[in-house]
Amino acid sequence: MVGAACALYAARSGLDVRVVDRGPVAGGTTGAGEGNLLVSDKEPGPELRLALLSARLWAELGDELGAAIEYEPKGGLVVASTPGVLAALRDFAAGQRTAGVTAEPVDADRLPELEPHLAPGMAGGVHYPQDAQVMPALAAARLLRASGARLHPGHTVTGVLRAADGTVYGVRTDRGDIHAPAVVNAAGTWGGDLAALAGVRLPVLPRRGFVLVTEPLPRTVRHKVYAADYVADVASDSAALRTSPVVEGTAAGPVLIGATRERVGFDRSLSLPAVRALAAGAIGLFPFLERVRALRTYAGFRPYLPDHLPAIGPDPRAPGLFHACGHEGAGIGLATGTGRLVAQALTGKTPELDPAPFRPERFDTDGGDAR
Amino acid sequence: MTERPRLAVVGAGPAGLAAALAAAERGVRVTLVDAAEQAGGQFYRQPAAALGARRPQALHHQWRTWERLRAGLDRHRAAGRILHLTDHHVWCVARDPAAGVFGVHALRGPAQEEGVVVRADAVLLATGGYERVLPFPGWTLPGVVTAGGAQAMLKGGLVLPGRTAVVAGTGPLLLPVAGGLAAAGARVAALAESAGPAALLRQAPALAAQPGKLAEGAGYAARLLRHGVRVLTRCTVVAAHGTDRLEAVTVAALDRDGSLRPGSYRRIRCDTLAVGHGMLPHTDLAETLGCSLSGTAVRVDDEQRTDVPGVWAAGEATGIGGAALALAEGHIAGRSAAARLRGTAPDPRRWAAAGRARTRLREFAAALDAVYAPPAGWAERLPDETVVCRCEEVTAGEVRGAVDPLGAGDLRTVKLLSRAGMGWCQGRMCAPAVAGLTGCPLTAGRRPLARPVPLGVLAALPDTDTGLPETGDDLAEAEVGRTAAEVGHPVADAGPPETD
Ligand SMILES: Cc1cc2nc3c(=O)[nH]c(=O)nc-3n(C[C@H](O)[C@H](O)[C@H](O)COP(=O)(O)OP(=O)(O)OC[C@H]3O[C@@H](n4cnc5c(N)ncnc54)[C@H](O)[C@@H]3O)c2cc1C
Ligand SMILES: Cc1cc2nc3c(=O)[nH]c(=O)nc-3n(C[C@H](O)[C@H](O)[C@H](O)COP(=O)(O)OP(=O)(O)OC[C@H]3O[C@@H](n4cnc5c(N)ncnc54)[C@H](O)[C@@H]3O)c2cc1C
Repeated sequence: MVGAACALYAARSGLDVRVVDRGPVAGGTTGAGEGNLLVSDKEPGPELRLALLSARLWAELGDELGAAIEYEPKGGLVVASTPGVLAALRDFAAGQRTAGVTAEPVDADRLPELEPHLAPGMAGGVHYPQDAQVMPALAAARLLRASGARLHPGHTVTGVLRAADGTVYGVRTDRGDIHAPAVVNAAGTWGGDLAALAGVRLPVLPRRGFVLVTEPLPRTVRHKVYAADYVADVASDSAALRTSPVVEGTAAGPVLIGATRERVGFDRSLSLPAVRALAAGAIGLFPFLERVRALRTYAGFRPYLPDHLPAIGPDPRAPGLFHACGHEGAGIGLATGTGRLVAQALTGKTPELDPAPFRPERFDTDGGDAR
Repeated sequence: MTERPRLAVVGAGPAGLAAALAAAERGVRVTLVDAAEQAGGQFYRQPAAALGARRPQALHHQWRTWERLRAGLDRHRAAGRILHLTDHHVWCVARDPAAGVFGVHALRGPAQEEGVVVRADAVLLATGGYERVLPFPGWTLPGVVTAGGAQAMLKGGLVLPGRTAVVAGTGPLLLPVAGGLAAAGARVAALAESAGPAALLRQAPALAAQPGKLAEGAGYAARLLRHGVRVLTRCTVVAAHGTDRLEAVTVAALDRDGSLRPGSYRRIRCDTLAVGHGMLPHTDLAETLGCSLSGTAVRVDDEQRTDVPGVWAAGEATGIGGAALALAEGHIAGRSAAARLRGTAPDPRRWAAAGRARTRLREFAAALDAVYAPPAGWAERLPDETVVCRCEEVTAGEVRGAVDPLGAGDLRTVKLLSRAGMGWCQGRMCAPAVAGLTGCPLTAGRRPLARPVPLGVLAALPDTDTGLPETGDDLAEAEVGRTAAEVGHPVADAGPPETD
């Protein structure tokens, strides 16, 4: 997804773009996650600024591509089960409002208006009209197509070409070299490996997530609904299983429930505790789901960096190399803003927001080239 | 060992039954888990007892073998050596590698809404296969059934699916299906097989090594002749016609290059069309356990062991090859599991006869496989507007569009970009067609949930890796769904176990 967005905005800035992927379109994490475009789960700071920029750009793309990417500005509803959690949630929302988020408190008695099937007895919630949704695989494929970029699917990058002075001038693939004055690393969870091919360090690690997909239902869940403990979980550093199910209906009918967050490397095997937790969490929010069947479950590996912020922009350690990876559980949502920032960096324009927090070299203690 | 080891056998077809009997005879406590109401699988599919069929054997050959298996099953059940759980649909088998314990998760009850889990020290997967059906215009009309569906109606329900039938597609199953329909009183207007008679001859050496099987085939052919069934080889269904239901089909002759011979089109009136294009192995449970596949089948060694410790596989889950092969493989698997569960290595010389039969039948299956192939050119002929994925109503044109212009290169991406295979059957039905249409290799899909599972059942799982309750080691089966009762293994009175 991130590579597709970079291609789109770079091409629209007048650059000639080629997209290289060892697999097909959306064969990485993009095809194994969900398409929540959330501002609601982010605290004020650089990620939220990027999310707000991205939300605006997604809305523009929604106007342009609409149904083809299943863009739905449906809004999010975060609920709290106890007054204590609700108070914390309202404080959090107040902070978000000062950062430009639209966050409307919802009293307990108004919750059924927004979500008729929600479990009774919730203490209250906050409504986030800016939260939206796309279908990630379709979005990636459609953005690539809209970019007009030339695709090289089934090409594995095996080296990054660097001149004697260290300047990057292209990539080596298993099917030949591709020369270019700028190379964007949008390899997601494998972004660290790609950086290593250029001789620089970028500590991207996988964080597993499971999603449950139900049988198709008539529209019963209207927003993206989740419990407030999700917010705490995103920034959590614990390796243990923490579940924060977001429940949402999709244009195609199935309800998606996701996702778990576990650090277990690239282990794809089914985890019954993970799906158990997802199902229990979803039923806690929407009791009617108890009798609804899950048709499938799948796992993906989010790319995360130690400070939970993506790496975006030029790499001073390898001139000509740009990074756009490490978006963890928000790479779909943050893709558009990332693409815009990368295109601005590629064309020497002033970035739309301060890119400093996303500097790719920020994890180097010695500040140098890893070669 | 005071506790005798427990083996869970999933699937009570020929392979599962043979395995369960072989293991039970050697002192293993067997829990036989099967989705059907009665034992038998695809081949020995039993008429529902309630129908009181008087002479089901008229529809069966190898009835003797079946009687022997059933008698064995009854004996072991009565003695408490086999617990047969019918109407149990297994949705997942989970393994705890450290403890060497398996949790076999099933849904039971008419609505499949109750969750139960079976505890086992080893698992034997004998889940059989399912039919491959390739689409053509009109294939979704009521009246169009799979070959196996027609056979099952015949054997299981004893209801004639229709009065005038056409049987079409490719593969050795078409013969018994056409013969069965004719014997049961239907008028079989034609059997259209897309393979050519010459292809059969080219495989003559392997086929000749199979007198039993050839006789079986000859028997079917004789039966067809007796009933005056027209057998058309190198012939394919071009379209099925009808408004509310099937009224007729058009068949046409295939040229050697797979094109349809002009002027050979023929319209045949019928109210039932049974189609089949061979079978594919059920591999979901094995895949989720981490077993390697070879092609689209579970890979096994000479003892029928998969590459996951404690997991065996036998029968059509390991490759399509008919009931006799399933029996031989099941027998070997059951003996191997019994020996290994006691910590000893089995002696393959003891199952030498079954081993020889297995070799011979696998060669035969490979020869058949080479003969019967879907008609060349079917994918190119399929019009854009024909529905390919019935669950999600995705057309051939939409599937093609996922590749060009959208850039899909494998089945998974085609699914993501077109929704083909995302519905209720999770692509079991349409994956071969999608592969053919897109030129993507047919790979076994990853389906961690082998059956749709109510979220309430998932939520009620004990919070352990295997989903087994922490207590209740002595129970073969525990309910983990919405009811709380627990079911014990019948008290075993097995006598001294036979040793290997
Ligand atoms: C369960 C789950 C739920 C999620 N839910 C959401 C959500 O609701 N909202 C959201 O915004 N995000 C969500 N995410 C996160 C989101 O999916 C990711 O952040 C995003 O997909 C990352 O996109 P990407 O383009 O960086 O990576 P990818 O999609 O993984 O793309 C990287 C590409 O690089 C290619 N590649 C790697 N190495 C090489 C090489 N050497 N040569 C050639 N090509 C190479 C790969 O083949 C791959 O196609 C979720 C993730 C998971 C796992
Ligand atoms: C129409 C038709 C005609 C045939 N005619 C002949 C013939 O004439 N001669 C011949 O040799 N062969 C014939 N066969 C093939 C024969 O039926 C198979 O070779 C044989 O049944 C394979 O045995 P098996 O034990 O491997 O699988 P099966 O007989 O398919 O048994 C598998 C069992 O596993 C159960 N199962 C699968 N998945 C699950 C799950 N998740 N949970 C619980 N239970 C599960 C199924 O309910 C089934 O009972 C025919 C098949 C068909 C469909």
